[in-house]
Amino acid sequence: MKEIDLGSASVRELNSALHQAGADETVWRVLNPRGAHALAVGLDAPVTVEIAGHAGYYCAGMNQLATVVVEGNCGTGVAENMMSGLVHVKGNASQSAGATAHGGLLIIDGDASARCGISMKGVDIVVKGSVGHMSAFMGQAGNLVVCGDAGDALGDSIYEARLFVRGKVASLGADCVEKEMRPEHLGWLGAMLEQAGVSALPEEFRRYGSARNLYNFKIDHASSY
Amino acid sequence: MCGIVGLFFKNADYEQELGRLFAPMLETMCGRGPDSAGFAVYNGSAPEGWIKVSLQHPDLDYDWRKLISQIESRGNAPVHFEKKSTHAMLIVPAREEDVRAMLAELDPEVTIMSMGRRIQIMKETGTPQEVVERFDVRNMTGSHAIGHTRMATESAVSTAGSHPFSTGMDLCLVHNGSLSNHNRLRENLKKEGIEFRTENDTEVAAGYFTWRLRQGMSLEQALEAGLKDLDGFYTFAIGTAEGFAVLRDPIACKPAVMAETDDYVAMASEYRSLASLPGIENARLWEPEPGVVYSWSRA
Repeated sequence: MKEIDLGSASVRELNSALHQAGADETVWRVLNPRGAHALAVGLDAPVTVEIAGHAGYYCAGMNQLATVVVEGNCGTGVAENMMSGLVHVKGNASQSAGATAHGGLLIIDGDASARCGISMKGVDIVVKGSVGHMSAFMGQAGNLVVCGDAGDALGDSIYEARLFVRGKVASLGADCVEKEMRPEHLGWLGAMLEQAGVSALPEEFRRYGSARNLYNFKIDHASSY
Repeated sequence: MCGIVGLFFKNADYEQELGRLFAPMLETMCGRGPDSAGFAVYNGSAPEGWIKVSLQHPDLDYDWRKLISQIESRGNAPVHFEKKSTHAMLIVPAREEDVRAMLAELDPEVTIMSMGRRIQIMKETGTPQEVVERFDVRNMTGSHAIGHTRMATESAVSTAGSHPFSTGMDLCLVHNGSLSNHNRLRENLKKEGIEFRTENDTEVAAGYFTWRLRQGMSLEQALEAGLKDLDGFYTFAIGTAEGFAVLRDPIACKPAVMAETDDYVAMASEYRSLASLPGIENARLWEPEPGVVYSWSRA
């Protein structure tokens, strides 16, 4: 395992080293992150990066193939625009976790605040705690699984992302409705919960998604816009 | 973008350490606000019948001694005085309105930054590092402090446009965000007798809270009323004689993170500014909920 101490190295040196990692340098540990921004961004190889503490904004952004584990909290925009790989936050995540992400898996052991999964485009997000308001806003594809509660306006202006919530939903956003949990949803959710290490049963969740009245412009619905 | 920080000691043993712990919090927020910085510090109370007055004059060589002797010649007891860069910290045996009237007459170019039994506000243009050095923040003592680093958006970079803004005796406000209804609100508040010196939106928020408190509202009530009347983005930190309060707008556009241990409560725009505090590894960390008033005080 390679270690980089941000007490002495800069964030640029860290990211540069991760981008140039040799084939045998597959596990990295980042010490003293102290909330620094843009840690482990733009990775495009199957390396594992452990961040020993709290991370700042945009941690693991644009991730491809890599596994990034944050042993603390994350600031705004963790795993934003992730393409593939795994990002695991062991604490809480701030706003816009997994924003616009196309693929991969984002696991948050604690809570995620507002706008979790905003404009998600294919990522799977599992939040073991609760999410804040406007989560999955304009979600286009992928799955958001919330083991706790969801804040106001869940799934506002949603496209085809699927939302699963185990607890209470404060309110649903425009064009977001509860949907039937069919066997294929239970099956997918059961496997995802197991992969994310959640002991809850898929039957304890409700499914939400798009009523499809808003995103295809129809003149009959002009008053809804 | 701006940065805000606050540090409040629950444990009085830390009071000698305030400046040493607060200075790096402010300096770390340089990335969010490099054009000006300021802070309010709350330390030992002025004697009964006396108040602390923080004054500013743009000329570094301004003759404060002359002003002080003029104040003393008006029958006041000897005035305690300390010069800090462009500012002067006075302790005077007078009431708020008398000090305002006297200074307006003696030298209208002297600006009152704050008045109160405990508060002292200091603020200037320059990086947070420069402001920390100029005002010798590291050697500051006290029970709590709030600070601001500014990246100006809607009004000029100037000392007057820097934060904190005084909102009355021992009260002050720092703000990250921007208000969209400040022009109309300013006009309405002028009719209520609130005076404004800049085109700055935060000054309007400060004036708004001053007005609400004058109406007899508690700080919590004034902040709740602000949720209805202030339109825009904001994270506010409000300093009071006994503590501080935090409020975020209902959609939480601007960041804030809080930390609490047995010894202190701290807030900052970003965790980076909390990272140097003692025991932060085991502190309770959380983001304040949008539209919820948080406050701490020590009796």
